[in-house]
Amino acid sequence: MEFAELIKTPRADNVVLHRPFHPAVEGTLCLTGHHLIFSSRRQDNAEELWLLHSNIDSIEKRFVGSLGTIIIKCKDLRIIQLDIPGMEECLNIASSIEALSTLDSVTLMYPFFYRPMFEVLEDGWSSFLLEQEFELLSSVTNEWRLSCVNKEFSVCPSYPPVVIVPKCVDDEALRKVALFRHGGRFPVLSYYHKKNGMVMMRSSQPLTGTNGRRCKEDEKLINATLRSGRRGFVIDTRPLNVAQQARAKGGGFEQEVHYPQWRRIHKYIERFNILQESFIKLVEACNDQSHNMDRWLSKLEASNWLTHIKELLTAACLAAQCIDREGASVLVHGSEGTDSTLQVTSLAQIILDPRCRTIRGFEALVVREWLQAGHPFQQRCAQSAYSNSKQKWEAPVFLLFLECVWQIHRQFPCSFEFNEQFLIMLFEHAYASQFGTFLGNNENERAKLKLPQKTMSLWSWVNRPEELSRFQNPLYEANSLVIWPSVAPQSLQLWEGVFLRWNRPSKFLEEAEEERINIIKYNKELQAKVNALRRQLAELETDEQ
Amino acid sequence: QVEQVKLLDRFSTSNKSLTGTLYLTATHLLFIDSSQRETWILHHHIAAVEKLPLTTSGCPLVIQCKNFRIVHFVVPRERDCHDIYNSLLQLSRTAKYEDLYAFSYNPKQNESEQVKGWQLIDLAEEYKRMGVPNAYWQLSDANRDYKICETYPRELYVPRTASKPIIVGSSKFRSKGRFPVLSYYHKSKEAAICRCSQPLSGFSARCLEDEHMLQAISKANPSNRYMYVMDTRPKLNAMANRAAGKGYENEDNYSNIRFQFVGIENIHVMRSSLQKLLEVSGTRGLSVNDFLSGLENSGWLRHIKAVLDAAVFLAKAIAVESASVLVHCSDGWDRTSQVCSLGALLLDSYYRTIKGFMVLIEKDWISFGHKFSDRCCQLDGDPKEISPVFTQFLESVWNLTEQFPQAFEYNEAFLLQIHEHVHSCQFGNFLGNCQKEREELKLKEKTYSLWPFLLAELKKYRNPLYNPDFSPELTLLEPNTVSFNFKFWRNMYHQFDRSMHPRQSVFNLIMNTSEQNKQLEEDIKELEAKIKQRNGQSDVVLVKEQEQTAHPAPVAQKTPPCFQKEQLPMPVNDAVRTIEGSNTADNRYSELVSEFSKAEPAVVSLEYGVARMTC
Repeated sequence: MEFAELIKTPRADNVVLHRPFHPAVEGTLCLTGHHLIFSSRRQDNAEELWLLHSNIDSIEKRFVGSLGTIIIKCKDLRIIQLDIPGMEECLNIASSIEALSTLDSVTLMYPFFYRPMFEVLEDGWSSFLLEQEFELLSSVTNEWRLSCVNKEFSVCPSYPPVVIVPKCVDDEALRKVALFRHGGRFPVLSYYHKKNGMVMMRSSQPLTGTNGRRCKEDEKLINATLRSGRRGFVIDTRPLNVAQQARAKGGGFEQEVHYPQWRRIHKYIERFNILQESFIKLVEACNDQSHNMDRWLSKLEASNWLTHIKELLTAACLAAQCIDREGASVLVHGSEGTDSTLQVTSLAQIILDPRCRTIRGFEALVVREWLQAGHPFQQRCAQSAYSNSKQKWEAPVFLLFLECVWQIHRQFPCSFEFNEQFLIMLFEHAYASQFGTFLGNNENERAKLKLPQKTMSLWSWVNRPEELSRFQNPLYEANSLVIWPSVAPQSLQLWEGVFLRWNRPSKFLEEAEEERINIIKYNKELQAKVNALRRQLAELETDEQ
Repeated sequence: QVEQVKLLDRFSTSNKSLTGTLYLTATHLLFIDSSQRETWILHHHIAAVEKLPLTTSGCPLVIQCKNFRIVHFVVPRERDCHDIYNSLLQLSRTAKYEDLYAFSYNPKQNESEQVKGWQLIDLAEEYKRMGVPNAYWQLSDANRDYKICETYPRELYVPRTASKPIIVGSSKFRSKGRFPVLSYYHKSKEAAICRCSQPLSGFSARCLEDEHMLQAISKANPSNRYMYVMDTRPKLNAMANRAAGKGYENEDNYSNIRFQFVGIENIHVMRSSLQKLLEVSGTRGLSVNDFLSGLENSGWLRHIKAVLDAAVFLAKAIAVESASVLVHCSDGWDRTSQVCSLGALLLDSYYRTIKGFMVLIEKDWISFGHKFSDRCCQLDGDPKEISPVFTQFLESVWNLTEQFPQAFEYNEAFLLQIHEHVHSCQFGNFLGNCQKEREELKLKEKTYSLWPFLLAELKKYRNPLYNPDFSPELTLLEPNTVSFNFKFWRNMYHQFDRSMHPRQSVFNLIMNTSEQNKQLEEDIKELEAKIKQRNGQSDVVLVKEQEQTAHPAPVAQKTPPCFQKEQLPMPVNDAVRTIEGSNTADNRYSELVSEFSKAEPAVVSLEYGVARMTC
């Protein structure tokens, strides 16, 4: 297919661009296969706006006489308005944008066409391999092994080809366990807590069904992670009644009789489709500037967004507490094990593991616990908060995770190597990107699409020193401790950097942030100078003696 | 003195507590825990003491303070508890001014320092800075002996064309004699903020002198013919007042006025709103939705927004239309003070400096007779007179500092410290209800002024991000008052609940770094001088280099913290960056725990939820 077929009017002049808190600009609009490009005609200070079609969540068109107006709502929550003279031009452009922003085929997406203008120093596709992770693990324990049982994606389609499992369980047993777990997602290692050797595993629900099926290999596998005489905790992200109902559909939960060494805790985290509704409501509330105080607060409340944040943080704290305080191993799962499970396991690691609070460590966490673990990014991030289509699989699961990280970041602003911009950047790229990293729903699909060969990795770009400097937190000082956030409602805040980003003037806040950075920078310069002068003085002194 | 008293963590459900000894002194309640940490509570800060039903561990005693601290003690013996309870009730209720702390507080200043302290803020100087007297405005001696209005200061500025009969006539037509006077003069726009109380207009009464007075004000503004009259009350309230012979200006009787209601609620609504807010924020195990709906139902943020909206209206009338504005409410000492002072703060960057803010409070709040004594319940009096009007003013300012992080010379700690001392009765500034009363109490001789003490600790209150060039003199600050900009002021209402605050504070870190930078700059100068000296002459006696202590360790105090708060909301100094030994703590999932422990008592104390740090 040629994109040109979809573009009837590639260019329109005298278009006026409206953005909140910016003066309207007149200029030329161009459509290409992957971008909407607006360029102001002013010679002195030309302004350009490049918008990826895949970033467009929905468009609306309106006409007043022959003046057409297109309102574009983006996945990064920004809303822009274009006034286009000429009814026909406007209609053509609107229909082109609509078609180009909803391409069916992944291989037509921009990452397959994008050619980087920068030199690739390190191929991001091979920056974070599980093998490296395993090497680190091997230096502290020999109770685990790498298994290639899923090499052809035949045992579990949503798992990566290699996984880390207890040494004493062989591949044959893993195949049997996979048959006992939803979608073949057998328990695998998620995190090893060096401090006390406790582990966190994740899986999907066991397929016990109504007749209480059991699987000896499954029991053996998870028991293998327990020290003798110690107990473990199963954190089920569903409420008990939902877990019970799941049995009717062949699912279920670990029953005490068969798992006597495990204590099951149901810590409910909202399912992904509910989160999508909540997301839409929150964005709606934030976008309406006319709300009076009561209405704003009640809308904020009705969105339930902060409640989800609190629940998720609480569940993550619980998992972290079991490991760090109780000295117990933990298995986390919900139903499929691809959404709430990953939210909990990844957040618990942020709390427990200082490495995950560094830039590279966080990238590794996203790769390991989200991309390789088979979070269906393509489905979940197909549309954002302005989607009209009520698809069942869209949900801001990853955004919610990022926001929880932000909330912890707010409470421990010096313990993270990255800044807020880094999290916002990940949010943007998960929804629309020139890089292939977040395409596909799991490693299996990514392999089939040959993404590592055909597209550029986000990490190849982010980890270049020029880019990294934008995402570094000047206040960072490595903190090796476990960081326990407060989840009191008074301690949680709306993530303004995402939800109010386009709705308020941010100039003063940005300037203040710059000033903060300057103060820190200046401090470092001064310290260096003082040290140099001291040395010089000391030299002079010794010379005299 | 009572031993073995437990201090409970307010938000913990795991009954975490500190054990220690409770002492009662003449001015403070002191608790020293087993690790020798001290908690001082000034008796004047106590808003309410409550004895809860006896429990197995002892007799619980809950003390609520005006600075929003709530402490929960458990006293082992009921008799002791009863004694403490009675003593506190007596000590926290003072019948006469002379018994307040300010009259016994001795900061070891000599007399001339005391006098100088009181002279620090000079309002005559302030009016001069604004540019009055001038061709249109003059100082009136009408109230020199408090004969016209007891609650106004002696020195008042009025339009030159307002003669004494007009002033007297107008004052008779205004509630409590509070006739229109100048509050702020905008030099470049030649427009004025004036303030007064409501007119005694009833349904139809009018007063020619009052009409002349308003005309004089509008004529004193050469750049605009019309003036605004802002009634800060909701229209309904103002109309209801007519039945009592009061009311508002009839546009038909006054020429060239534009009348505007702005709808700020009265002191009683504000009092109960704060009460509701505190109930919600004090709930244990609060869910997000209960918090948000509680916040909504309390109406608190709605009121803050209303106050700030009114101030924005006022400031714009002056800065954009060059129109003078007359502001009033009922008596003209609560909402009027809020709106006039915030309006001036938006208009004039001087009030965004530390000194300027002190001047603003002295002018619009203290001198114009905001009833601090009644509103803050300094003496045991009518509980219906208590209202957080000044707290709202501080909160509005805080909201502005959040939106304009570089526009203010002072920081949040400054606002909190002022709030602390409005209620502490430790300094004379806020005692009494008006200037006349203060003079009668001889406060300037018998007590000390707060301001020099704040200036002595300037470092703590400086905003490290402050940029004096942020807004040149007399440029309008235009805040965005869309609802989502207003946030719950956690550092005010949970100032003492440390577990709720970020464990690492960017603000403190930046503040310390900024201080350190100054120190380093000096070090560099010193070192450069030394090097120069060495290069110049060869045999100089070696000067031992001094150890650098950028952050001197705070010295533990045994005397009552005469000035510093004993606990800052956030850890200071080097503690900022470290997280001290953690322990499992609060869990808001007590239901789960109990359920859990019933089923399996062998598993001990797995606490769900969030662990806290002890600092």
